Amino acid sequence: MYVAVKGGERAIANAHRLLADRRRGKRERAELEVGQIQDQLHLAVDRVMAEASLYDPELAALAIKQASGDMIEAVFLLRAYRTTLPRLAVSEPLDTGSMRIERRISATYKDIPGGQVLGPTYDYTHRLLDFLLLAGSDAPAPERSEQPLEPCPQILELLDAEGVIERELDDGAEPCDITREPPDYPVDRATRLQMLARGDEGYLLALGYSTQRGYGRNHPFAGEIRLGQVEVEILVEEWGEAVCVGEIALSECQMINQFGGSREAAPQFTRGYGLAFGHSERKAMAMALVDRALRAEELGEEVQGPAQQAEFVLAHADSVEASGFVSHLKLPHYVDFQSELELLRRLRREYEATSPGRTEAAEAGPSQGEPQASTADTANPGSTV
Amino acid sequence: MNGYNFAYLDEQTKRMIRRALLKAVAIPGYQVPFGGREMPMPYGWGTGGMQLTASILGADDVLKVIDQGADDTTNAVSIRAFFERVAGVETTTATRAASIIQTRHRIPETPLEPGQILVFQVPIPEPLRFIEPSERETRLMHALEEYGVMHVKLYEDIARHGHIATTYAYPVKVDGRYVMDPSPIPKFDNPKLDMSPALLLFGAGREKRLYAIPPHTRVESLDFEDHPFEIQRWDERCALCDSAESFLDEVITDDAGGRMFVCSDTDYCERRREESA
Repeated sequence: MYVAVKGGERAIANAHRLLADRRRGKRERAELEVGQIQDQLHLAVDRVMAEASLYDPELAALAIKQASGDMIEAVFLLRAYRTTLPRLAVSEPLDTGSMRIERRISATYKDIPGGQVLGPTYDYTHRLLDFLLLAGSDAPAPERSEQPLEPCPQILELLDAEGVIERELDDGAEPCDITREPPDYPVDRATRLQMLARGDEGYLLALGYSTQRGYGRNHPFAGEIRLGQVEVEILVEEWGEAVCVGEIALSECQMINQFGGSREAAPQFTRGYGLAFGHSERKAMAMALVDRALRAEELGEEVQGPAQQAEFVLAHADSVEASGFVSHLKLPHYVDFQSELELLRRLRREYEATSPGRTEAAEAGPSQGEPQASTADTANPGSTV
Repeated sequence: MNGYNFAYLDEQTKRMIRRALLKAVAIPGYQVPFGGREMPMPYGWGTGGMQLTASILGADDVLKVIDQGADDTTNAVSIRAFFERVAGVETTTATRAASIIQTRHRIPETPLEPGQILVFQVPIPEPLRFIEPSERETRLMHALEEYGVMHVKLYEDIARHGHIATTYAYPVKVDGRYVMDPSPIPKFDNPKLDMSPALLLFGAGREKRLYAIPPHTRVESLDFEDHPFEIQRWDERCALCDSAESFLDEVITDDAGGRMFVCSDTDYCERRREESA
């Protein structure tokens, strides 16, 4: 009889128990350690930290384990934990110029002060499955140079000295904090960059890609991409100076894009900027492309592509918001559906009452009634106006 | 619960939300932006309503949670269990016994009383959103009271179908000023908004907006003189309590087209059955 979704409480508890069993997998196999995820799936860990806006590799690895590897679920877990944390201090602006470089490349100059440093990259690997990894193999230790790296100045700063690239100016304004303030469109660039930094990587990749295919083209060059450790400092009032509280790994991408300029200002290259926690190079590049695309209005460009529409891009970038709202379609909608059903039945009754001939024909199928009219309707609905 | 503040959110966040609520009450139907937080439930599952409930909940409150009118649907169970866990408050399924009722998509059939607060979960707070996607534009339209497009949309429905084809989330005008989305309640429930003795609060977590209808406020459903607003009616009565006044859910009972109709408001239905027994 009338069962519907009753006894929800016990069903939920049992579902959670089944989920925990599936997560554990076959019991004869060793349980996955959080430390293994943190060390050996560190790119997954970095992505979760970036999109959750929380730098904590151990907890990000825990989230991946708890989510059975579902990255969006892991981001959600870490994000929900993040909101409960007290804010003890606000750091000084990070100086990525003094990054301890692990990788640093420029696509605009062959040779650069400090040199091109490939670092750990999949870029030049051939994507051939390495079956040896199936059996488990020991990787040899990497070769390291005895000499420390030469100083690596930011490439765009070199261009800046010549005046050919627009200067980034700090107007000293206190940036909005998107974790505390609701977005108030149109939002400024600092707010936009915060929203992009926690945006879904796949989404930003697709939007960045769309600008390369002509939907809001901005002629990008990868001016510089750098990965490495950056010190985080906070100002201690009692001491009157900034104190380093630790290091975080960052990926930074500075895109150089085609000129802006006007009768009053000489033509200059423009910039797009991307920054993400950990080794998230693809994310940083995609973010830089989208950042530049979103500057269309500010730079007096015509808005043609989706990637240039700030409200569209920013309101849909957050995977936690997006997956929540899509998944809520699984919740019961009996009431709304019943309302629609009631109206639809009424409309159909009225339709039958006013045109009895047509309904019979439609119900009998195309072989009876008015065959020509109904085949035309059903076979090619687009052709009838 | 260990490690978490009473009702999950920290006191500063709750205060921020209560301030926004005061503004919302002062400007009935106006959407107030607020610094929405992540909740440990997904967006779209009632995080806006939960943040409002968390902010106004006191230790002596009695909480009722319904989804589609029912206390025992999975999400209602989950939200009620959440507040039992993080706030330890008393919960109930009886509409009369509750001081705060959090709801998704329904207003209880039992008339609300002064002092009660109804908290709605809202997916899309902007009634103009499907006419104008840009937030910049819609805010301007509200500021200028430029609501003609809404009537045009309803008129187009009439031209196409002979009826206004909006059956839930039916737009209302609050206190003669702001056009407001009453959340996806069936339009059957719209008349209950008008001059309600209870305080009505609306929370949209993902969109970071909240709004309110203070007690005894005029709420009109948009319509035309020759096409007045009307609510759903059923030919059937509730198969369990025989009510002819309540909103009915259709339940499919077999694979041969058999169906029955029962009250969507489970508390109302049970009470009526108890009374007649």
